[in-house]
Amino acid sequence: MSENMLEIDGLTHSYGDHTVLEKMSLRVPRGELVSIVGPSGCGKSTLLRCIAGLVRPTGGRVVLDGTAIDGVPDELAVVFQDYSRSLLPWLTVRDNVALPLRRRGGSRAERRAAAEEALTSVGLDGAGRKYPWQLSGGMQQRVSIARALAYRPSLLLMDEPFGSVDAQTREDLEDLVLRVHRDEGMTILLVTHDIDESVYVGDRVVVLGRDPGGVRAELPVHLPAPRDQTTTRAHPDFVSLRTEVSTLVRGAAAPTKTVVHE
Amino acid sequence: MSTATVERPPAAEPARRGRRRLLGALSGIAQVWLLVLLVIAWELVTRAVDDEFFPPPSAILPALRDMWFSGPAGDLFLTEKARADFGPSFRNLFLGWGLAGVIGVAGGVLIGRSRALGHLVEPVLHFLRSVPPPTLIPFLLALLDLGTQMQVATIVFGVVWPVLLNTIDGVRSVDRLQLETARVFGITGWLRMRRVILPSAAPKIFAGLRVSLGFALILMVISELVGAGQGIGAHILLAQQAFEIPQMWGGIVLLGVLGCLFNLVFALVERRALAWHDNARRND
Ligand SMILES: Nc1ncnc2c1ncn2[C@@H]1O[C@H](COP(=O)(O)OP(=O)(O)O)[C@@H](O)[C@H]1O
Ligand SMILES: [Mg+2]
Repeated sequence: MSENMLEIDGLTHSYGDHTVLEKMSLRVPRGELVSIVGPSGCGKSTLLRCIAGLVRPTGGRVVLDGTAIDGVPDELAVVFQDYSRSLLPWLTVRDNVALPLRRRGGSRAERRAAAEEALTSVGLDGAGRKYPWQLSGGMQQRVSIARALAYRPSLLLMDEPFGSVDAQTREDLEDLVLRVHRDEGMTILLVTHDIDESVYVGDRVVVLGRDPGGVRAELPVHLPAPRDQTTTRAHPDFVSLRTEVSTLVRGAAAPTKTVVHE
Repeated sequence: MSTATVERPPAAEPARRGRRRLLGALSGIAQVWLLVLLVIAWELVTRAVDDEFFPPPSAILPALRDMWFSGPAGDLFLTEKARADFGPSFRNLFLGWGLAGVIGVAGGVLIGRSRALGHLVEPVLHFLRSVPPPTLIPFLLALLDLGTQMQVATIVFGVVWPVLLNTIDGVRSVDRLQLETARVFGITGWLRMRRVILPSAAPKIFAGLRVSLGFALILMVISELVGAGQGIGAHILLAQQAFEIPQMWGGIVLLGVLGCLFNLVFALVERRALAWHDNARRND
């Protein structure tokens, strides 16, 4: 088995004649936490959907654990960008989290306990009996994170998972992701539009560009572990890295093709 | 994790909820009064006209009570005749409607989830749906014996369509992201059907069942008018032939009341079952 959990080679995807991703390649070693940043519309969600097997790319391939994916891989969970639509409104919050655990076996009580535990970890203890539509957007987003965590995937894809939560909860959730990553050795791809966040949580930051979408830069993040919301963010390396990523993202927002033509 | 959360669930403010409740109560009172006024008007007009074919409600109601609701308290005041008339009618009604519901939902799921099958049978469905069910009675009479089988078959054939077509539509319009979520989290097969597809289609299925229930009552009566010899419809026909006009009207009034009652019970069940649907929509 390859030491790379994920190998993306020459991945191309077009919606009709609109090419979103073009010949992009990326390698993700097992157990790495990769932050993906890029201007909106550059194909971040499309990339995650290709990896999840929900979209069949028009070209190239995605290899997971040594086998090219064809359909949705087993050991994979997704926190969808459109979290509220991905929760089932007819199930309670707890049942939303517990439903995917059915295929793992175990008794109903065990599944419920696992769901409650995951809900507690995202700060939603006591909300299990409510329905998703009784919760605020930020709380719904945390339910969808809890659902993915309870599933214990070996590869976790998160698409702008903290977009709707308040600043304090956001920091708590970032630390939760770091803890899960460290404790369970999960490989995580986290799409974010928050540059500080990408540096704070990532082992590596991948900057995507637009028109055509592809990898513009990859920056390894070497910050002292364990990371801490106050000291890490004040670290000189953090500050210089975030500046670098910021410049790259701004550059990536300008389409390269246009630049070449001028 | 400690949560110093500033998020709040989006609850309707109490003032607005209070006003909504008040408006609901007012319109309820208005509905009752309109009904009372109509009955009074009916009484006055029929007395003024004084036509034996149009007895006043004050003549119909006693006939209604004497026929069906003057039995012993132990039998819920139902008379012998009530049991003889209601029993077959209700049995046919709920058997027919229930069968139509099961067939409609099962068929709708199959047709709705299979593109090929849907493509194949849809024109046939629309043709069959367009056949007015009572016209089938002569055919069904030839095929099945007069009686329960024919009556239930008429009801099933007549009311299966709204359920079937709504189920097809419902299982086809499941939110794409919900299906993708199911795929990602390995929710497949029967579990996916039970927990994702059917609940998502439920509002449409319920709408179909509700329409069907109304049709079923109509078809129940029609099938009984064709010489069934028993049931509420047969009673109306026999009373008319025996020139017992208040008794005939009693049957008509009873059917109206039953229709309302069934609709009400159904609406209550539907509201409970689909609470998530109304609320999710309100909060959007
Ligand atoms: N299902 C789709 N059909 C057509 N175009 C799409 C579809 N999904 C996304 N796109 C387009 O592809 C581009 C990239 O979308 P997306 O992957 O969602 O970008 P990002 O997540 O980086 O904002 C956008 O221009 C978007 O309009
Ligand atoms: Mg996106």
